[in-house]
Amino acid sequence: MLKIDGLKVNYGGIEAVKGISIDVPERQIVTLIGANGAGKSTTLRAIAGLVKPAAGRIHLQGEDITGLSPDHIVSRGITLVPEGRRVFPDLTVLENLKIGAYLRNDSLEDDLKWVYDLFPRLKERSWQAAGTLSGGEQQMLAVGRALMSRPKIMMMDEPSLGLAPLVVKGIFDIIKEINKQGVTILLIEQNANMALRVADTAYVLETGRLTMTGTGDELLHNEAVKKAYLG
Amino acid sequence: MEYIISILLSGISVGGQYALIAIGYTMVYGILRLINFAHGDVFMVAGLMGIYLSASMPLYVAIPMVIVLTAILAFFIERAAYKPLRSAPRMSVMISAIGVSYLLQNMATYITGAQPMTYPTIPGLSDTVQIAGTPTKWAVLLTPVLVAVLVVALTVLINKTKVGMAMRAVSKDFETAQLMGIKINTVISVTFVIGSVLAAVGSILYFTNYSAVTPTIGALPGLKAFVAAVFGGIGSIPGAVIGAFIIGICETVIKGLPSAWDVSVFSDAFTFALLVIVLVFKPTGLFGEKATDKV
Repeated sequence: MLKIDGLKVNYGGIEAVKGISIDVPERQIVTLIGANGAGKSTTLRAIAGLVKPAAGRIHLQGEDITGLSPDHIVSRGITLVPEGRRVFPDLTVLENLKIGAYLRNDSLEDDLKWVYDLFPRLKERSWQAAGTLSGGEQQMLAVGRALMSRPKIMMMDEPSLGLAPLVVKGIFDIIKEINKQGVTILLIEQNANMALRVADTAYVLETGRLTMTGTGDELLHNEAVKKAYLG
Repeated sequence: MEYIISILLSGISVGGQYALIAIGYTMVYGILRLINFAHGDVFMVAGLMGIYLSASMPLYVAIPMVIVLTAILAFFIERAAYKPLRSAPRMSVMISAIGVSYLLQNMATYITGAQPMTYPTIPGLSDTVQIAGTPTKWAVLLTPVLVAVLVVALTVLINKTKVGMAMRAVSKDFETAQLMGIKINTVISVTFVIGSVLAAVGSILYFTNYSAVTPTIGALPGLKAFVAAVFGGIGSIPGAVIGAFIIGICETVIKGLPSAWDVSVFSDAFTFALLVIVLVFKPTGLFGEKATDKV
């Protein structure tokens, strides 16, 4: 569904991503694991259109989307849940969800119901300013907001960052549930253990290069991965 | 008594004119974290356009034209002088704003030959009316009403419409706003257009009272409106409006104090003394954001 070929991205004067190729098949959960600074976030930012790739092509369902601006990427069905959640703190929960559907002009009723069913907590708090939510609730809101654009692919940047283990488990359960309902997921994580457990396909990224690939299970039991990322 | 009423009325009117300019400063700051130094000069250009356009067409065409052309001018200033510097350090954008300010002043000098130009009399606005025995121009009475209507309209726009929601989102977080599909350049343009429309309305009211337009006339009202925006808490629209009324009223009251006291020459100094006091005791202003500046 999403095909990345030989992607190179410069970031702050250095080559952060040095020619990687990734395949994200429809309805799968694909994960990209790696240490801090390996180029994971930069890869997602390039797909989302926030940074322009230096080389390589990105195709979505056969269409070349390399270098398009973020609004065109969103309207083609790719959304990014950014690292650190980045909800709009002064906007209410409901406004945050509505702004996720900014490019749509049709009725949002069904989608709001969908998101509220996935996250009943958000419904209870729909009139509250998003800044007053707990970290876990903000993560739910960031995911809900992304779903409001009705994405084909949802990219997630470190959804477990800074959350309590129990909350992290809840978030990963929801990721699986969303995937079951037909949304393809591209997930990057430092929490390799959790990510590999849910992933159909996994890639290991080291200083801008892919070093390993396999199913989530294979990498979970791979000695090198265990040593480097699972502790 | 009549004297006090006339001073208060004129204070409210001056405050309202500052408010219309101050909103432009505060909105642009809210979104771009930029003090748009050219804003006072856009106000001056709106005044000149009022003079030149009313000379060649009837007022009911000229006035809307002034507003539209001012908005177009602000749009092009943003596109030409600020947009290319979107990822540059904030200081560069500020210097660009100062450059635009002088460009507008110099062009005005070139076009007018540095002669003070007389603003047309607008029937209705310039007519006088008796309020509690005090002769007052209609413009003085109309100003606070017009400010109230425009502020309410603006508040509705910002809080209830999609573009308003986008403006609030962009002012908090450029990048995440982009991820929502918001075209930030469009939102920024809208902000400049709104600010300049209000400044154009302000120029019509202001020059109806003061009547002479010179190339540097935008500087002082611009600066005072800027102080009003800082006083109210820069980035906050209600703050800017309240700050502008306070400054307008205080300034007029000082000017109106008995001439034996000989303090009226200090009315401008008062405005800036107020700025210093605010910055010392409440740097975020009356309604300013508590959070630290975004990096």
